[in-house]
Amino acid sequence: MKETKSKKLDPEKVMERIAEASRPTVAGVEEKDVRHWVTIYVMGRGYSVPADLTILTAMEYAGYKFIRGCGCRQGFCGACSTVYRRHGEYKLQTGMACQTRVEDGMYLVQIPFSPAEKASYDISKEAYKVNTLLKHYPELARCVACNTCTKACTQDLQVMDYIQAAIRGDFETCVNESFDCIQCGMCALRCPAEIVQYNMAQLARRLYGRNDRPEPKHLTDRLKEIEQGKFVKPLDEITKKSKEELEKLYYSREKESD
Amino acid sequence: MSQTKIAYYPGCTLKTTAKNFEDSALAVARALDIELVELPKWNCCGTVYSLTDDNLMYHIAPVRNLLRVKQMVRDELVTDDHRMVVLCSMCYNALKRTNLRVKENPEDLQKINDFMYLEDDDYELNVDVIHFLDLLKEIGVEKIREKVVKPLNGLKVLPYYGCMLLRPKEVGIDDPEEPNLQENILAALGAEPIDSPYRKVCCGSYLTVDNKYVVVELAYKILSHAQKAGAQALTTSCPLCAFNLDNRQKEIKEKYPGFKNIPVFYFTQLMALAFGLSNECYGFDLHHTKPEPLLKEKQLC
Repeated sequence: MKETKSKKLDPEKVMERIAEASRPTVAGVEEKDVRHWVTIYVMGRGYSVPADLTILTAMEYAGYKFIRGCGCRQGFCGACSTVYRRHGEYKLQTGMACQTRVEDGMYLVQIPFSPAEKASYDISKEAYKVNTLLKHYPELARCVACNTCTKACTQDLQVMDYIQAAIRGDFETCVNESFDCIQCGMCALRCPAEIVQYNMAQLARRLYGRNDRPEPKHLTDRLKEIEQGKFVKPLDEITKKSKEELEKLYYSREKESD
Repeated sequence: MSQTKIAYYPGCTLKTTAKNFEDSALAVARALDIELVELPKWNCCGTVYSLTDDNLMYHIAPVRNLLRVKQMVRDELVTDDHRMVVLCSMCYNALKRTNLRVKENPEDLQKINDFMYLEDDDYELNVDVIHFLDLLKEIGVEKIREKVVKPLNGLKVLPYYGCMLLRPKEVGIDDPEEPNLQENILAALGAEPIDSPYRKVCCGSYLTVDNKYVVVELAYKILSHAQKAGAQALTTSCPLCAFNLDNRQKEIKEKYPGFKNIPVFYFTQLMALAFGLSNECYGFDLHHTKPEPLLKEKQLC
């Protein structure tokens, strides 16, 4: 028993290592502290950066300052999409800069914005019919099932499958397969049929939510409360509080259990 | 006898405007001890077979569907290990011709397989595309006749084929000049098949989108000749032909006020009717020219 125990990792040390790995490395990194370095090429120019950084933090380390093309830093907002190619590979890779670790010999460029058509509609007046998606996004019909969108997806979604579902008016499949989309736009930029997958899927989700899902009671109740002015007074009070009071409130807030 | 399970490719319209074709075909197949098992995942057939020699992009969609059959065999979803049944004539044509093309051009297939690297398997030419009519021919008219509980006596029907089932010859399911697959089935159901040279001509196909008046003229010719020959209804296996021949009767009537409407069925609807299957599979609400008056007159519904 004793022997097995001595082989066990010390939980304190494990926690320290995790804390160390999560430490923001950009600010105040001493070169002498960095053990592993990689070379990345940002828009063709080479930079030596610490190997444990994400593309986003590595670019900041190299001196880039993000005003656009960077949002939540948590992999949710879709603002920092990046295209890269590893040295010696023919395949183009995609990823969110905030979620992808740098690799040696990575050639990359950020594509923070994708020019895309977005249909205008009044959702309350849209018919929930098999051809509604095609009406607003007729280029859907140009899909040749090449699956390039799926290859380009930074979230590993089956993009082509949801496009094909949309073509035949299968809202449920389209919604389920596109649900985790963060609208980074890589699919639309790579699509040879010039389809705007992510905007189309958003319309599909809105129509499906409105027409094919039961009304969520908690939302109806909350909306009623808002209309009745339940939160006007508390909000007024909160805006008048000092920073210290707000901090105290924040840390003592009611938390959702896991 | 254990039930045969065979892979089935639906296609987009079979899930929407031609839902009654799918419903009736699946019900008819079940009545004949065959389960048509839908591909768990499928995409557009490619719609129109691409004749361009140097652009393989348009052949990816059909090949990807063919590949799925192998996965179904491996997952033991089907008992027939090499065939895929198609109902829609247009899908049948696109899938079968592409299958033929990649068989004859192994280099093209290699390129397509390389391009589809996210798939677990390569397509290895191990699938035969067949039309539901092929399968019914194999089952034989005897067995079909045995299942008839409500003979379609006195119903005169023109079996319309259009282009996609018969041409080109390499993929045609029957003699392109003298087809008789539908005729044999209709006769087995007790109906009277009517002959007309127009049962093999084009309905105008997708010109219905850009220039519907071409379709109006063609459909008028097909339908009025059918009526002259004595037909009271038509059958087809193509959702696009069905749309052109049925829904365009509205425009035909506007241009030729003397025209009398005539119902257009999928051949499987008449089979389901004669087999006495549940009303739910007929889907007459999807028809422009309602078939009920004719069927009531013949005491069939």
